[in-house]
Amino acid sequence: MTTTSTNNWEEVRAAAQAALTEPIVRYIEQCNAGPEPASQLISVLHKVQSHFGYLGPEQLDAVAQLLQIPAAKVAGVASFYHFFRLQPHGRFRINVCLGTACYVKGAERVAQRIMDELGITWGETSKDGVFTLEGSRCLGTCGLAPVVMIDDEIHASVTPDQVPAILEKYLERARQGPAA
Amino acid sequence: MSVEKNDDPDDSSPAATPSTSSRIASKFAEVQAKADSVLKERTEGGEIFIQVGSATCEHAAGSLAVWDEFQKHIAASERTDIRMRQTGCTGRCSREPIVGVSVPGQMPVTYERVDRALVHEIFTSHVLRGVPLLDQVLDGPVEKLPPYELLVCSSTRCGGKGRKLIEGPLAEKLHAAGLGPDRVQVTQTTCLGACSLEEVGQCTHVLVRPDKVLYRVTSDKDLDDIIQRHLLGGKIVERLCITQESASRQFFEIYGDVAFFNRQNRIALRHNGVIDPESIEEYFHYRGFQALTNVLSQRNPQAVIDEVSRAKLRGRGGGGFPTGKKWAMGAAAEDKIRYLICNADEGDPGAFMDRSMLESDPFNVIEGMIIAGYALSAARGFFYVRAEYPLAIQRIENAIRRCREYGILGDDVLGSGFSFDLEIRLGAGAFVCGEETALIHSIEGERGQPRVRPPYPTESGLWDKPTVINNVETFANVPAIILFGGDWFSRIGTEQSGGTKVFALAGKVTHTGLVEVPLGSTLHEVVEEIGGGAPKGKRIKAIQTGGPAGGCIPAASLDLRIDYDTLLKAGSIMGSGGMIVLDEDDCMVDIAKYFMKFSEDESCGKCTPCREGTKRMSEILERITAGQGTLDDLEKLNRLGNLIKKASLCGLGRAAPNPVLSTLEHFHDEYLAHVTERRCPARRCTALIRYEIDPEKCVGCTLCAKNCPVPCIDGVRREPHVIDQTRCVKCGRCFEVCRFGAVNRL
Repeated sequence: MTTTSTNNWEEVRAAAQAALTEPIVRYIEQCNAGPEPASQLISVLHKVQSHFGYLGPEQLDAVAQLLQIPAAKVAGVASFYHFFRLQPHGRFRINVCLGTACYVKGAERVAQRIMDELGITWGETSKDGVFTLEGSRCLGTCGLAPVVMIDDEIHASVTPDQVPAILEKYLERARQGPAA
Repeated sequence: MSVEKNDDPDDSSPAATPSTSSRIASKFAEVQAKADSVLKERTEGGEIFIQVGSATCEHAAGSLAVWDEFQKHIAASERTDIRMRQTGCTGRCSREPIVGVSVPGQMPVTYERVDRALVHEIFTSHVLRGVPLLDQVLDGPVEKLPPYELLVCSSTRCGGKGRKLIEGPLAEKLHAAGLGPDRVQVTQTTCLGACSLEEVGQCTHVLVRPDKVLYRVTSDKDLDDIIQRHLLGGKIVERLCITQESASRQFFEIYGDVAFFNRQNRIALRHNGVIDPESIEEYFHYRGFQALTNVLSQRNPQAVIDEVSRAKLRGRGGGGFPTGKKWAMGAAAEDKIRYLICNADEGDPGAFMDRSMLESDPFNVIEGMIIAGYALSAARGFFYVRAEYPLAIQRIENAIRRCREYGILGDDVLGSGFSFDLEIRLGAGAFVCGEETALIHSIEGERGQPRVRPPYPTESGLWDKPTVINNVETFANVPAIILFGGDWFSRIGTEQSGGTKVFALAGKVTHTGLVEVPLGSTLHEVVEEIGGGAPKGKRIKAIQTGGPAGGCIPAASLDLRIDYDTLLKAGSIMGSGGMIVLDEDDCMVDIAKYFMKFSEDESCGKCTPCREGTKRMSEILERITAGQGTLDDLEKLNRLGNLIKKASLCGLGRAAPNPVLSTLEHFHDEYLAHVTERRCPARRCTALIRYEIDPEKCVGCTLCAKNCPVPCIDGVRREPHVIDQTRCVKCGRCFEVCRFGAVNRL
């Protein structure tokens, strides 16, 4: 322990708050007050991602500072789990279920059609910034296979031919204006 | 919250002290009364009930719009005696949204694939005028709904007396009484779960719908009484009534007429589709927390472990480790701070039973966890749930909050002196976190990488403390075991493993959904009898069980009895219960490649055999499906697969080669066709197929040419078209759009 006081917590907190948001900072402080605060890292990252849509370098740094966990470890955890995104995504996130049931019922052909229509592949965002294409391990709605989830809306038993009409619906929404 | 101060069970006398027991009993009676009054207020004045399924799958199928539409109709009708209820999902995925209508004195009716238009019809015809829509009932249409239905328990475990009864005396007597199928429908069911009250084979249980009366039939005289007094006279035969609860009675009171359900046993899923998953009051109403109260009153944690051991309950997450033994190991640990974890990181693609249980009956899982916590004298429990299940998370959060409000969780549970609380920890999409040591690391906020065992978590787990980890379904069985007895539970199932297993049936099967059957049932019963076989008259080729860690069982082995050990012998595993049906259009090499790619992606990278081995195996499979494989490759796959199995650190790596090894064994011919003839027998591998237009059938409609993305189809209107093979990318769109079947896939 050092003898000279170098308590710059207020400064750290202010910088972190600029990168995050007040509610997230408060949540982290709650975690710090409870048992085993370091174990809350993943739940903090979930909170950050659900607000910003992805985990940027500034956010990861701020989380590391506030939770007092090495930044390398925070980055290590963030990059380990598939659920965390390190880049921003488009207006709508297309999530094609790649579970076994969907696979045997033709999810790959549906995904291929989406790629053809939008000119992007896995993890990419379309040029107009409207769609990001992602694959999911299994959405757990195997009875409705193949399944495509766009943001929170699930499209069941999708055939490749339905793809253009489904995409058009969202393009129309995008044309009507930005998200509320 | 600091609750790690439980009184040590070793210090207390194992015998129940009257004061504690009566305190718990009175506390339980008090919360039950409170729940009852809330429930009564909510349903007061209600005569007709409309229940709408609410779960991720139901929502995806459109149940939220159905709910709104019914509400609008009720408001417009100005009727005050109609009530809406939400239930979870029954596990009948392909027919959702599912809506139930119950009118007093009438048979409850379940409708399938309900949409807004159908809501209007159901409401105006059935709800307002009492005329059910017979064309739209689940698994219908039916011609007529008889006034009575007798569900006769015909479990073979009870000696199959039910079947003899149906074919013999019951048929004769109904005929003599002039009660044809239009008056009394007789249905054979697999198990009503009332056998917990009986010596095996002593009697036959008969449930009368819609009157919700369960009879115990031992003689012909009993049948006469039921026919004369109940079916003809409309009076309940009190002498034969069973008033005690049985495990699955309530489920069959609602869904007993549906063949998909009445061929199942419902224990872990007994409340699914019956209760409102967000209402702790309803859970109380269905004997919720009674098992917990019994356990707490008994004040003997060891007795709980003994009961679970007697039940022969084995881990439902896939490993099949005896649950009683695991709990005993945790309870024997020296360290008194112990943790309990519910593994709800359902990562197997194609498995969704945990999601369904958490979304449809969360209180049951929580009750199982509190009982386990008591047996282990643990003070903190964790739900590790995958983040991909937002509705399940929301329902668990709600359930935990409601339990705290009712004094079921937190300090001094039901006045027993035992304190226990639960918290939720989210996964973040790493399949390997289903492995227990990886899961523990993830809860600790680390990368989800496994470590070498031993020490096993029961000795040193979360924060190096003794930790017991069980799967959702394992916990879901615990309250039933306590309520109805370990002996009863062990009788269902096989010599080594008691109870039922829930399977998520999906893929190329007519009825997709959740199927709960006794362990020891055959694959044939699940896939053909309950699942209805492959659709479109196709032939089933194989059943994939156990997800990426499992294998493919060929259709020739459909009579295999499902158990942990038999599946292992067949080169697969039980796993968490995913069951994907593959038909003649599925290429087994392609399926093996799919799972290998999955394992390659999900390998955490810690140990070399798994990280590098899965990659190499993927590459070989890629080569084979691209038509560039050699015979030598098959030998390499075999050698590498066995090596990875032996040398990997954790279960993921050790099981990853299973899909390849099992298909290599059972479908060697298909591999050979790929490498020696450069042919894909199922015509699935794009590199090995081509599309051609049959000039005889082609009418020159130009639809294929319009849809071709390359474009590579030439031809003029009203003349046969031709595909230029050099430019074709084999996307198959022409094959899909042709209305004349003129495009052939070769």
